[in-house]
Amino acid sequence: MKHARTIAIAFLAIVGVACLLPGIFSASDYAHQFRDIPNAAASHEHWLGTDDLGRDRFSRVLYGTRVSLLLAPTAALIASLLAATIGGAAGFLGGWMERLVMAGTDLFLSLPWLFLLITVRALLPLNVAPLTSVIITFALLGCLGWAAAARVVCADASSLRNSDFILLAHASGSGGWRLLWRHLLPNLMPVLYAQFWISIPVFILTEANLGILGLGVSEPMPSWGSLLRELESYSTISSNPWQFVPLLLFILVVSCFHMVVVDRELPA
Amino acid sequence: MKKHCSRLLIAVLFVLGSAFAQTGGELRFCLRSEPKTFNPLLVEEDSSDTVRYLTAGVLVRLNRQTQQLEPELATAWKTSKDGATITFTLRQNVRFSDGTPFSAQDVAYTFQQLMDPNLHSPLTDQFRPSGGNVQTKILSSGKIAITFPAPIAGLDKLIDLIAIMSGKSPKKEMAVLGPYYVAENKAGAYLVLQRNPNYWKHDSSGRQLPYIDSVRLDIQQNRDLELLRLLRGEIHFVNSIDAEYFDKVMADKPSMAHDAGPSLDSEHMWFNQVAGSPLPDYKKAWFRSTNFRRAVSESINREDLARVAFRGHARPAVGMVSPANQFWFNAKLHPHPFDQASALKRLAQDGFHLQGGVLRDKSGNVVEFSIMTNSGNKYRERMATMIQQDLLGIGVKVNVVTLDFPSLIERITRTFNYEACLLGLVNTDLDPASLMNVWVSSSENHQWNPSQKAPETAWEAEIDRLMKAQASALDDRKRKEYYDRVQEIAWEQEPFIYLVTKNMLSAVSPSVRNATPVVLRPQVYWNIDRLTLHPEVASSK
Repeated sequence: MKHARTIAIAFLAIVGVACLLPGIFSASDYAHQFRDIPNAAASHEHWLGTDDLGRDRFSRVLYGTRVSLLLAPTAALIASLLAATIGGAAGFLGGWMERLVMAGTDLFLSLPWLFLLITVRALLPLNVAPLTSVIITFALLGCLGWAAAARVVCADASSLRNSDFILLAHASGSGGWRLLWRHLLPNLMPVLYAQFWISIPVFILTEANLGILGLGVSEPMPSWGSLLRELESYSTISSNPWQFVPLLLFILVVSCFHMVVVDRELPA
Repeated sequence: MKKHCSRLLIAVLFVLGSAFAQTGGELRFCLRSEPKTFNPLLVEEDSSDTVRYLTAGVLVRLNRQTQQLEPELATAWKTSKDGATITFTLRQNVRFSDGTPFSAQDVAYTFQQLMDPNLHSPLTDQFRPSGGNVQTKILSSGKIAITFPAPIAGLDKLIDLIAIMSGKSPKKEMAVLGPYYVAENKAGAYLVLQRNPNYWKHDSSGRQLPYIDSVRLDIQQNRDLELLRLLRGEIHFVNSIDAEYFDKVMADKPSMAHDAGPSLDSEHMWFNQVAGSPLPDYKKAWFRSTNFRRAVSESINREDLARVAFRGHARPAVGMVSPANQFWFNAKLHPHPFDQASALKRLAQDGFHLQGGVLRDKSGNVVEFSIMTNSGNKYRERMATMIQQDLLGIGVKVNVVTLDFPSLIERITRTFNYEACLLGLVNTDLDPASLMNVWVSSSENHQWNPSQKAPETAWEAEIDRLMKAQASALDDRKRKEYYDRVQEIAWEQEPFIYLVTKNMLSAVSPSVRNATPVVLRPQVYWNIDRLTLHPEVASSK
């Protein structure tokens, strides 16, 4: 298992370097349309061929990976911080506050995510640059994706609140913020880490789903979601097998993230 | 003599061909959804329209190939000088599918039903645009006159939509005069239509039509599966397919692929010109400027849109009327050329200037706007992305936004909170009367600036005048004169920037004989009563 984790981390590192420095690996701009060669096969100039508008697919995979890999952890961080604040406070305070917050969390969990995202996306201003649209999309994911993690954090904080060492700290005169910062939060960190790592592939998948619906990152900026849209029609993929590369990369990256997370959660 | 003999030979071959035409078998194709109604007067969507076309008997039929009217249940018809009355001479000895005889009373009953305010037929308004009653007068058992409250331009062509219903049959709308009747309906799964045993039409050899015994309509929403079923031989045709599927068919089974040329549908974009929209004033001024719209239009490479976005199965659009509309298209007009130098000159006339590769207006505002389109339509998304790159050539920054359809409609019809929109218009009717609700400035569908109390520009006032003139003129040549001028004004002003005209593509199994797909709906089965199946297919279940 340790070897698998090492391989997963190494793979993620390679992918991370490649997508952080895409200019080294690809000479083409991800947005440039080579209109004379749409849907071109893989070649020396275009390693993964071109898409239906003649854009270099390899370059788009690199930039799309960068978008998804940079912003999914950011969204996961937002969600984890919200979960820590809301779930942690509810668990720490207990009583009616815990019940109220958990009821609110349950309500949030019962909302149909996809429709909520579509609605919120439709309410946003239209005239935004592609980069802003990326940030908006992932910020939305982060702001809407805290509820499940908050439940876990709340349960953990609630059990910590009733533990002996907190009782002892209380008896020793610790209270309020000191109790929270010095005793509770450090003990919640493993749960928060786990929630953070679990959220990353979830957000990548959600953005991909939104992208498939055409509601994710706006053109011409690529993301995994928009790259995977090429696979929605069976009629084209059979003749262009290189269209599967983004899917393959997506599966590998999400699997590697899971491997890293699972290994962190396994007892020593 | 030689000419005479060859004509005789052709006639003999035609008669022999009809005589030996394969009869029987079951024709199969797919509907994208379940028909919402079997009442032909309530049809609003494609699936019900398919059933109506296959089952309905009409007084006159628009031949989808020649685009000319042909007699059906009416052997002759005459429109009065004032254009408000049409008199039909009816075919004799015709019976409905259940055996009930057809008479002038059924025509009168059908029009009474059509005008019944409780029925809420979507067709009513076309026959009664400004209210009033429709009068029917039975002159004899085989003759009827129908008088409308006001003259209706293109009245005879509208009759093609009216399926004659029986006023006496206990089966009501299920008793039909068309080639087939609905024999079985498995909700959500399939429909089976059987040959109407009382269908009045016969071929030249005297054989009763239709040739094919039954039609099975499977409900299949997924287009991939529909195409797979066609390639496997489970269905016989796909009425309309998009460019990618067409290429797939061309690659796998070229004999199935049919390109009927430019369709009637248009793909276009427009700028929001609504005075009360929540846009900044300087943007409203851009969008209301003819020079700005023309410059944007000239900066779009339509040839590329057709070749790349539609894989060559489209052509640069000319204007509001497709060249497929043989009579009404203004042949003097041509697509706007791709000419960015000319575009920059036009922009300079309005004070726009390039500064560091970025276009600015006379007040120094950076020219940037968003184009929204409906998500999930990859052709429109592709076009918007290509326009985005094209307009960079004149220093204009475009943001492409895809929205779910209800949100998009909300913005273009209620809040007017958008800058530019890229959509298409599906045209099913050849007559300009069908576009009154788009081009008259007071209309709700006058999309760039709807529901104007009075025309806000001189050219819109002129279009209003011409559209109303063509709607009230009864001479088609005069109507065309007016409509040609409307097309010219629309071409000059470009409230809609027409992008491409898609080709009408379909896929038909070689086992279907006599199929000649056309651009008008229904493309493949417009001559359903003349279609036959290959003997092997016809004899296999």
